Amino acid sequence: MQSLQAKEQQVRQGSNSLLDSLGGFLDAAFQVLSTYFATIVAGVLVLMTVVLVAGSSPVFRRFGFIGFITGVNWNPVIGKEAFGALPYILGTLVTSAIAITIGVPISLGIAIFLSEMSPWAVRGPVSQLIELLAAVPSVIYGLWGLFVFRFWVRDWIETPLSTYVGSLPVFSGSPFGLDVLTAGLILAIMIIPTVSSVSREVMLAVPNSQREAAYSLGATRWEAVRIGVLNYSRSGIFGATILGLGRAVGETMAVTMVIGNAIGPAAIPTSLLKASQTLASLIANEFNEADPTSLHPAALIGLGLILFIFALLINVLAQLLVWKVLKVKRGSVE
Amino acid sequence: MFGLCVACVALAVVPLASILVEVVLNGAPALSPEFLTSGPGVIGEAGGGIGNAIQGTLILMGLSSLIGIPTGVMAGIYLAEFGDVVFVGHSFLTHVNSFLSSSLRFLNNVLTQFPSIVVGILAYTTIVVALGSFSTIAGAIALSIIMLPIVTRTAEESIKLVPGSIRDAAAALGIRKWRATLSVVLSTSRSGVVTGVLLAMARITGETAPLILTVLGSSVFFQCDSLSSCTYSLGHPVDALPLRIWRLALLPYDYARQQGWGAALVLIIIVLTLNITVRLATRGKFGMMRSRT
Repeated sequence: MQSLQAKEQQVRQGSNSLLDSLGGFLDAAFQVLSTYFATIVAGVLVLMTVVLVAGSSPVFRRFGFIGFITGVNWNPVIGKEAFGALPYILGTLVTSAIAITIGVPISLGIAIFLSEMSPWAVRGPVSQLIELLAAVPSVIYGLWGLFVFRFWVRDWIETPLSTYVGSLPVFSGSPFGLDVLTAGLILAIMIIPTVSSVSREVMLAVPNSQREAAYSLGATRWEAVRIGVLNYSRSGIFGATILGLGRAVGETMAVTMVIGNAIGPAAIPTSLLKASQTLASLIANEFNEADPTSLHPAALIGLGLILFIFALLINVLAQLLVWKVLKVKRGSVE
Repeated sequence: MFGLCVACVALAVVPLASILVEVVLNGAPALSPEFLTSGPGVIGEAGGGIGNAIQGTLILMGLSSLIGIPTGVMAGIYLAEFGDVVFVGHSFLTHVNSFLSSSLRFLNNVLTQFPSIVVGILAYTTIVVALGSFSTIAGAIALSIIMLPIVTRTAEESIKLVPGSIRDAAAALGIRKWRATLSVVLSTSRSGVVTGVLLAMARITGETAPLILTVLGSSVFFQCDSLSSCTYSLGHPVDALPLRIWRLALLPYDYARQQGWGAALVLIIIVLTLNITVRLATRGKFGMMRSRT
């Protein structure tokens, strides 16, 4: 019984060794080349970090990291500079919070509908329709939001809110339509496809024994879904939510067009009906006009760094959560 | 309960329907041959069109695909072929390879839905500042960075779907691994890879934020008088449809609003045609892959 290596040796000696070694070299070269291309992704992330930190260091040296993050004023005029990111961080957080609060329950409803409750024939077309929501470019969402949706929100949501509960500080202000509420609602619509498709995958990964066990205990349809499926896929759904949060935080164009674009202390979102600004929208609005000789570009890159840190943390967390759940499916538990 | 879920679906479908209806209704009157082929007119006066924006979008799509597709497919090949190695010998290199591939796959997924404006800042600080002007090539590189993770992931997933018997058959014929991967495996997984590529191209057609920081937008056509003298060439600003839509939407004139809707109609036709073609052609297959793009 010859060993594998000995057999290989024999075959090799019997064939054209030059061509063989050339082939072997090309094999290795191919592997190295493809490895190189794959590491470009890592290189991009590293480069992003380096570029953002280097580009924003002037403004951090001037105001300090904590000073920049907690500052409220925004004045790019040379000589009277003041750059503070707090209003925009709050704007980002508030719009994302609205997006998640409204978008995730709707997405869960859709996911439950598609994975548990709908007849087979309907599933294909409906899921295609939902995926089509993701295909629409964000600038068209912004255009629609600016010329159509804001009037819906203003007339059907904000005016009643303002008339009946306008005395509450969170609903104070005149209903204009271009404010955090509209931006949050558009973001909610935009994260629906992402959250619902990942939730649906997670729900489909729940083993049937869970559902059967719930039914055997006498559960109704909804109770079976709640006990058998939702409970089990909790962390996956949480991961889907975080993915949607990541999408909402990074969304630029649709938000820029409907958020009202306030600057400085006026941009702090003290009320849902107030115009504000997010990190991404301020960068998009001001970058082209920032005087390269001043601190303005560095301040905008500083905002980009904060956004980058948010997005990185959120996306990494989401990947870890979703990965863990879907991995269980592949190395099946039962 | 069933009713509640149906209501959720309706809540998602109504905005989609409204967007499509509004874009078609408002944009159709603006479409005309002059609108589609001429450059923008004077700001403040009606007339002119989005011809150079369409041209710019096509150029950017082509250029970024040229950069992004080979890179993405090769990266997908690495993750699929050399990634999950079931090794017999526990050498140091195979451990390194396994760690590398799982972390690269993780980073790739992280980069997929990254804020595109941060990619724009990256392209600005590296290419625009280095070259001294806003340029087409900067925009193309920014878009290819956005395109890369999508192409990589879909390529990896569709190459993994190729049954092992095909690779074994190629090995039995004495075909080297590199040759087998490129000729046999890749052409077997052709439809999946093409799906991913088309979806990625549809995605970058609609991207605006990185373009604001890299191509700036312009009002002239990209043209080459002869092969050696290109005015407004790759090193110069160029216009693009989504960028043009944004700028038109913010102008206070009625004609600008009209043109914005018209441009939006053209953009949505391009994007939805790509998307619907892909989804119709791969109905049922690659379900998981498509939904996570």
